Amino acid sequence: MTLVRERTGLAAAPAGRGTPPGRAERVRRHLSRYWQLWVLLLPAIGFTAVFAYVPMYGIQLAFREFDFQAGLTGGRWVGLKYFEIFFDSPMFGTVLRNTLTISIATLVVGFLAPIALALVINQIVNATRKRFMQTATYLPHFISIVVVVGMLQVLLNPSNGTVTRLFSGFGLDLDLLGDPDLFVPVYVISEVWQHCGWNSIIYLAALASVDTQLYEAARIDGANRLHLIRHVDIPALVPTMIILFILTMGGVLSTGFEKIWLMQNALNLPVSEVIATYTYRIGILGNQFSLGTAIGLFNTLINFLFLVVTNWLAKKFADTSLW
Amino acid sequence: MKRLSALRARTPGDIAFSVVLAVVCAVILFVTIYPLWFVAIASISEPRLVATGQVTFLPQNISLFGYEQIFADERIWTGYRNTVVYTVVGTALNMVVTLPAAFALSRREFRPRRALMLFFAFTMFFSGGLIPQYLLYRDIGLLDNWLVFVLPTALNVYNLIIARAFFENALPEELFEAATLDGVDYFRYFLNIALPLSKAIVSVIALYYLVQHWNDFFTGLIFVRDYQLQPLQIVLRDILLSNQAFAGGAGGAGGSGGAYGQDFADQIKYGVIIVSTLPVLLLYPFLQKYFEKGVMIGSVKG
Repeated sequence: MTLVRERTGLAAAPAGRGTPPGRAERVRRHLSRYWQLWVLLLPAIGFTAVFAYVPMYGIQLAFREFDFQAGLTGGRWVGLKYFEIFFDSPMFGTVLRNTLTISIATLVVGFLAPIALALVINQIVNATRKRFMQTATYLPHFISIVVVVGMLQVLLNPSNGTVTRLFSGFGLDLDLLGDPDLFVPVYVISEVWQHCGWNSIIYLAALASVDTQLYEAARIDGANRLHLIRHVDIPALVPTMIILFILTMGGVLSTGFEKIWLMQNALNLPVSEVIATYTYRIGILGNQFSLGTAIGLFNTLINFLFLVVTNWLAKKFADTSLW
Repeated sequence: MKRLSALRARTPGDIAFSVVLAVVCAVILFVTIYPLWFVAIASISEPRLVATGQVTFLPQNISLFGYEQIFADERIWTGYRNTVVYTVVGTALNMVVTLPAAFALSRREFRPRRALMLFFAFTMFFSGGLIPQYLLYRDIGLLDNWLVFVLPTALNVYNLIIARAFFENALPEELFEAATLDGVDYFRYFLNIALPLSKAIVSVIALYYLVQHWNDFFTGLIFVRDYQLQPLQIVLRDILLSNQAFAGGAGGAGGSGGAYGQDFADQIKYGVIIVSTLPVLLLYPFLQKYFEKGVMIGSVKG
């Protein structure tokens, strides 16, 4: 290993001395050997530092008064004042409940649907039909959110939408865009419509790597195709499921801002105002920068906590983890 | 193939299974494709027939009124032009930033790479939030500046991880050793050897970025006020969702045409959906295999 590393070192390394080199010397050697890799990394490091880490530095604004001159670093220190304002405001309960409802519904349905779809597609024996099915179900993933919401608006229009008409054919008169009870179902179902196929790819990849002898062996033992799904396919998916589950848990409080913002209207606002849209409304439209930062930080912290806890649980009980 | 023979029907139960499977697949296909198909046929059918529910599977009384209106509308073409510029410039920058970094991070002998991966990956799960981001852009003059569509999204960490996994697993280490013995340095190895052998990943990443820029709505909504700079997605929002009046007078729920005007406005909406989505839909069948490859590479845990 060391040998390979020596050999692949590009710039000529300075001759080693008897005594272990000091820190400065090690840095110098490292740079003389690897400066080109650092150059290749420089743009990425620069953009990440400026556009991801500088805003993190601005989190302190959540604990300070906003000062127009000081900008990102904020003015006078006020501690948890803005968190208290947020927790005491009547909107806190509403946005938290809405965010949790929407994201948990999306999480559960959006997590299970791709697995089911992958199991179905995997059962198609004919390669051409299988390919066609995949191509068709991935397609909606590439349509923009604006267009998806636009399609919802015309297809679910209460007066002449095609889907509305379909339901009234069954004797159901639904206001799919205005009824607050229907906001979450419409949101979740359209999410599944758009992303289910795409998210099934990773499961299909896992299924493709299942040892075919398992199928044969199970068949000889008298398994039918449902048994194959239950006892061969599903166990093969478990590791992938766990990893994806941890990742989705990291987003438990992040609902898609853009889609919800576009779907909001006066009728559904009591159920559709979520943390992300509230942050935008308060912070940017309302110019309350400190309060907006505090709300955003609350959101990020909860997400991060969920990610870490789920990862810890998965590591402990399923021996699978992100890191 | 063995697996196929294992799935071949053998018992009456298997045959029943196949029938149920076919039905399930047909339903899934219908539900996925029909909304898009309906929008397509509604955009070229007589608006009155669409509004009264007489258009179901095939276009009726072809009418191109909607498209005529769209082609005459200035905003859509400004938006289109802006989006094309942002997409081309943005994707080019994305590639210049992402690929070299991914290559450097793929070099196993480069010790700091673990720490650097952490530096990048951390941003996937933790961020400063919207307001600090907004204030930063304000301070450095990115508000109402077209560069805001290009610079902040220069690096997508997910794409970085995919590209790194590719460089790490798909290029044989012997190649690198042979090249270094010939005195090739990292720069030349990356440009002359690694990149030409990585066309698959280069296209995958480029496509991901292209779609991301094409569909970007958030940036325009939050950071840009100047309408001349707005991308297609914002213009689409105004036409599709805010029901803004159209050049020809059609549109706007409260427009002079009443229900009649609304029917025409809807036809314009169907047409706008098609016009804005067409580039992606046309490219899609050809590029689909690459998209998929990207997910596969990304799923290799690294």
